[in-house]
Amino acid sequence: MSTSQQLVRPGVGSGLADTIRARFLLKLLVRKELKVRYRGSVLGLLWSYVKPGVQFIVFYLALGVFLGLNKGTENYAVYLFSGIILINFFTEALGNAARSIVGNGSLIKKIYLPRELFPVASVWVSGVHFFPQLLVLIVACVFSGWHPSLLQLAAAVAGFVVVALLATGLGLFFGAVNVYFRDFENIVDLLLMVVTWASPVLYVWTMVRNTLGAGFFAVYQANPITIAVEIFHYAFWYPTTSGTAELPPQLMTLWLPVGLVVSLIVTVIGQFTFRRLEGRFAQEL
Amino acid sequence: MATAIEVSNISKQFVLRHTRSLKEALVWLLRGRKGDLSQKFYALNDVSLTVEQGESVALLGFNGSGKSTLLKHISGVMTPDSGSVLTRGRVAGLIEVGAGFHHDLTGRDNVYLNGAILGMSEQQIKERFDSIVEFSEIGEFIDTEVKFYSSGMYLRLAFSVAVHTDPEVFLVDEILAVGDEPFQRKCIAKIKELAAEGKTLVVVSHDLNLIPEICERGVLLEKGRVAFDGRVEEAIHMLRAERS
Ligand SMILES: Nc1ncnc2c1ncn2[C@@H]1O[C@H](COP(=O)(O)OP(=O)(O)O)[C@@H](O)[C@H]1O
Ligand SMILES: [Mg+2]
Repeated sequence: MSTSQQLVRPGVGSGLADTIRARFLLKLLVRKELKVRYRGSVLGLLWSYVKPGVQFIVFYLALGVFLGLNKGTENYAVYLFSGIILINFFTEALGNAARSIVGNGSLIKKIYLPRELFPVASVWVSGVHFFPQLLVLIVACVFSGWHPSLLQLAAAVAGFVVVALLATGLGLFFGAVNVYFRDFENIVDLLLMVVTWASPVLYVWTMVRNTLGAGFFAVYQANPITIAVEIFHYAFWYPTTSGTAELPPQLMTLWLPVGLVVSLIVTVIGQFTFRRLEGRFAQEL
Repeated sequence: MATAIEVSNISKQFVLRHTRSLKEALVWLLRGRKGDLSQKFYALNDVSLTVEQGESVALLGFNGSGKSTLLKHISGVMTPDSGSVLTRGRVAGLIEVGAGFHHDLTGRDNVYLNGAILGMSEQQIKERFDSIVEFSEIGEFIDTEVKFYSSGMYLRLAFSVAVHTDPEVFLVDEILAVGDEPFQRKCIAKIKELAAEGKTLVVVSHDLNLIPEICERGVLLEKGRVAFDGRVEEAIHMLRAERS
């Protein structure tokens, strides 16, 4: 019997820091998700390589060659794919994180554990699914004559971090409010539908600048996802082209820091909201 | 001996809300807040309870008297509206065994997952794994998916993980009725062993004959209030008197 321990208030966590302290449990939760998803399939995780591979070939043939979008944008399939995998990651991460608290309700109302683990695990699972898509992209890039600089590779990592942070922050926020009003699941779905079109994934950023004018374009450009997509273009697609395409000005010097700051602010707001609401999770679920 | 659990004047109100939709809440607001969107009642009303380390306490009361709610406050799953709860050392709730189990995972994966959920480290689970399997009597089925287990096997494994978490304070909520007869006896023996080892126990059970074997002290809850706190035989007597 140790009497050296202090009397403490039970059920008081320290937020996202707890997910680092409980990283073994986090790892098991992520592994559980992956195991459950691929249970009963012979190829298992291999499917997540096949799907984006086929997707890329379809883009290449249908959009690039048949529709002739290659003529407007050099290596259009690579351009499109480098943006899409980032959007896929964000969509899956936020969609699942927003549902994660309600989905794990039966556990949350019986046992105390740091509840931030659930949205964070959702983001990690999506990160695992992102990896095969990234590999397909890299293979496609190499075949298209990719020659990236170290700066471009570092930029890609930073772009990914921007999106992961944003997904975590929004996931914490919507995961928590969804406990009180299940309508927020639908609001998230709406948001995710708009996300693809609010960033230059299918089109080119110059079209937006030419239509919106400087003021509104700055707003458009402040979206962390837009910044991250443009960074992915800069890291993966741009080094496969002849280098004549126009890149967004000050992408690395101004917009990357802006993206990081916006994502961080969203994470802080998400964490704050989550902490305010989590005390009543067990009774509301 | 130091205090293990200190519950001071806690109250908890629950809202009898029937809606989880924004639309209904808006309609309610527009109609001038008529109706009972937020009718409240006290599940716990000014409850105080101090448990010393090594004590075994029985929580008694009718259905809905607030026993599970009180245990959830001690484990930290819920926080009180007013008053405070303090605990010393790790608290483990055997509140609903198998809460963290996943049907599509094997017994082995579930032992790791559930062990980690209940606060064990990777090292601790590895060390205790064989002992967990042995106690559960699952044997070679440990690598079978849990969905193929009988409900008895499932509960045995879940209980076994829970008792191997080795916390200072155990909260036991109506789980002594798990599994078949022989395993029930084994569970009860294990709980008594924990009590003898000097663990702090708070036990909820409907088996009024069993309770005095484990606990000396009884706390009787009535509609969220402490109606009696003293010798367990007396508490049981009062409960029986009320029932008839
Ligand atoms: N999350 C909740 N929301 C609203 N009411 C609840 C909730 N949990 C329990 N209650 C109510 O609180 C009262 C006490 O419940 P409980 O503590 O489970 O009783 P016991 O375990 O003694 O049977 C009951 O009337 C129950 O219906
Ligand atoms: Mg109960």
